[in-house]
Amino acid sequence: MTDHASDPLFAEIKEEIEPFNAKGVEVTRETSFQKDLEWDSLTVMDFVAAIEDRFDIIITMNMQAEIETVGQLVDAVTKLRG
Amino acid sequence: MTDLFSKFDALIQQRETLLSTGQRDPFSLVMEEVKSPTVAVVNGKETILLGTYNYMGMTFDPDVIAAGKKALDDFGTGTTGSRVLNGTYQGHRECEDALKEFYGFDHAMVFSTGYQANLGIISTIAGKDDYVLLDIDSHASIYDGCAMGNAQIVPFRHNDIEALEKRLKRLPEEAGKLVILEGVYSMLGDVAPLKEMVRISKEAGAMVLVDEAHSMGFIGEHGRGVAEEQGVMDDVDFIIGTFSKSVGTVGGFCVSNHPKFEVMRLVCRPYVFTASLPPSVVATAATSIRKLMHGSEKRAHLWENSRKLHAGLKALGFTIGTDEPQSAIIAVIMPDLEGGAKMWESLLNEGLYVNLARPPATPANMTLLRCSLCAEHTSEQVDEILGMFERAGKATGII
Repeated sequence: MTDHASDPLFAEIKEEIEPFNAKGVEVTRETSFQKDLEWDSLTVMDFVAAIEDRFDIIITMNMQAEIETVGQLVDAVTKLRG
Repeated sequence: MTDLFSKFDALIQQRETLLSTGQRDPFSLVMEEVKSPTVAVVNGKETILLGTYNYMGMTFDPDVIAAGKKALDDFGTGTTGSRVLNGTYQGHRECEDALKEFYGFDHAMVFSTGYQANLGIISTIAGKDDYVLLDIDSHASIYDGCAMGNAQIVPFRHNDIEALEKRLKRLPEEAGKLVILEGVYSMLGDVAPLKEMVRISKEAGAMVLVDEAHSMGFIGEHGRGVAEEQGVMDDVDFIIGTFSKSVGTVGGFCVSNHPKFEVMRLVCRPYVFTASLPPSVVATAATSIRKLMHGSEKRAHLWENSRKLHAGLKALGFTIGTDEPQSAIIAVIMPDLEGGAKMWESLLNEGLYVNLARPPATPANMTLLRCSLCAEHTSEQVDEILGMFERAGKATGII
């Protein structure tokens, strides 16, 4: 696991989170999409589409079910980009 | 002990808050009498029905009723068994023959409901390493079909051709792919760009399933649906439909030209492990489907009704889900659930029933008053409906 301050991928994902971060939550690897950002299913769908397009990947609903925190998303994107 | 029902507390609370204001419960209405496809008695009051899926008004067709009565007399009340055991009667075969003729497809399979048709076909044909791509506004039966199977599920933005194309291109070339689309999306009544979406799906080597539940009988020259209207019938691998809308009874089906389609009868669990439809139901369905083949005048009148209601509501100042009428569903967008529920009740007091639709069934957390027209609504009834909307809209401050 990388220190998030120096991880460029974390920074990129954080950038994608901001337009959806209505509550202005401080985003760390531990931030939970549901509990901290309080995203509903529609917001999640829009956000996932944005991430998919930015990194030219597909995050299936099956994978999404396993991703709860920003850190887990960073790891998943790392893996998907190969 | 953990009460397993505690997860529903928020919903129970929301409902109680709403009802505590004296609001009538929109989700427990009872039709005491049904006089025709367009009129029922609710709370002792004669009410125009504008929230059914009885698009072609077949529920009281004399030929359809006669066929049902005869089957009830000749074959009894029910089959008490699965389609693959003792539950296939002459009527089930005749119903499948009527569907093959209606769509001009080689194979037809009748399920006990439309929900089960989607559940069964999707969960069975898409396996573990296959990909299912679906529009995010897909019906619950499509999502549940995905959840019941174990394929990789890829949603894409509603009616977004580019979003679908990008995702198809990101998938492994050799993987099995199924693209699921709907002809008419039932919440806003908008139509899919099937022509483009089917083309890019086929180019990517995907099979295509189109749910035509809300277009059968009405859209397309022969009422085959949006795929017919947009000229892509030959490229659609599976059409899913229901008998509970234009056909006017209950049941579901899948038609296909796939040469191996009949194997579905052995491997599709929601087909095998449930009782088949009662003989009277398949007899009414078969008769209704055959009559729908010749329903062009009714189709024309239903379009007239849809255009008139859409234009009239727009002129009154209501916000409609689509700029132009695209189907027999006209969705009136409400400011919020409270406003929508008030307007719904006000319309009911006027003598008009519409559907109150709310999240999570609706897109973008909208509250909708969903109006669905019937070919049996007269032009005068549509005028009456517009008058009711005007009075209720002003009384509740929506317009």
